[in-house]
Amino acid sequence: MSEAVSALNNASYAGFVEVTEMGLQGMITLRGDLSSAAIKKAVKTAVGVGVPEQRKMAMADGKGAGWMSPDELLLLVPYAQVEKTVTGLQKTLAKAHFMAVNVSDARVMFRLKGAGAREVLAKVAPVDLSSDAFGEGDLRRSRIAQVAAAFWMSGEDEFTLVAFRSVADYVFGVLKIGAQPGSEVGYL
Amino acid sequence: MLTLDCPYCGVAAEETELHGGGEAHLKRFGPASSDEDFEGYLFMRENPKGVNFERWRHVNGCGKWFHAARCTMTLEVFGTYSAQTTEPPKALLAKIKKKRPQWPGYGAEK
Repeated sequence: MSEAVSALNNASYAGFVEVTEMGLQGMITLRGDLSSAAIKKAVKTAVGVGVPEQRKMAMADGKGAGWMSPDELLLLVPYAQVEKTVTGLQKTLAKAHFMAVNVSDARVMFRLKGAGAREVLAKVAPVDLSSDAFGEGDLRRSRIAQVAAAFWMSGEDEFTLVAFRSVADYVFGVLKIGAQPGSEVGYL
Repeated sequence: MLTLDCPYCGVAAEETELHGGGEAHLKRFGPASSDEDFEGYLFMRENPKGVNFERWRHVNGCGKWFHAARCTMTLEVFGTYSAQTTEPPKALLAKIKKKRPQWPGYGAEK
């Protein structure tokens, strides 16, 4: 089998915030009735966390589930486990109406780390990123400058962002410019 | 800047996250219908001055379609509601009527 490579191969940039491409990450799009017992159980089995609440990210031991829409979740698992997890979901949900797709290689993941992480995102996303409105575990599916992206607060002063792989370089460029030393706004 | 509350995400989404979908609650008639019915469905729009019902899609977000009631004159937003309905919710209509007593009501222009 050919060797899998992430979009930007762990490229990173150290501005007033550190922007890093996270490398290979297993991602699964799961669609179905999120309130149904079958989906709840399947998510718990697959990633070890419950179905997250509206606009929340639930993470535990490197796996997690993010709320993407009323009928869609983004499941995160280590890259090597993704095929196994999809097969598992298909087995546990055999009788339910659902869709589980491995989208790992269609996406790119970035991490923003540093005291100004909120600021860098706020420059390019139409989202209220003040600490009152957006806290740890909050997720938002929106846009980064010109392209669709989803991001969540994965820790103190740390955001994780997913976008389509085809626009990885664009997103990286936008975040780099946003994180340039000297461009701090100091508002958030 | 237009800001609409997405009934599915529960966020106040601003214009750049949204995509307009034209007039709401259009009725498409079945196979045995007349050419006039089909023409009406395809081309005839109310284009009112005042209260208007529209379709919007939260395209840079959950990706769901929803409905919004707005005023075409003042651009005031009266409210948004789910797409899984064939007419605006009663509570919203009452709210609009209160704000615009002269408004003839939903469907009165047709």
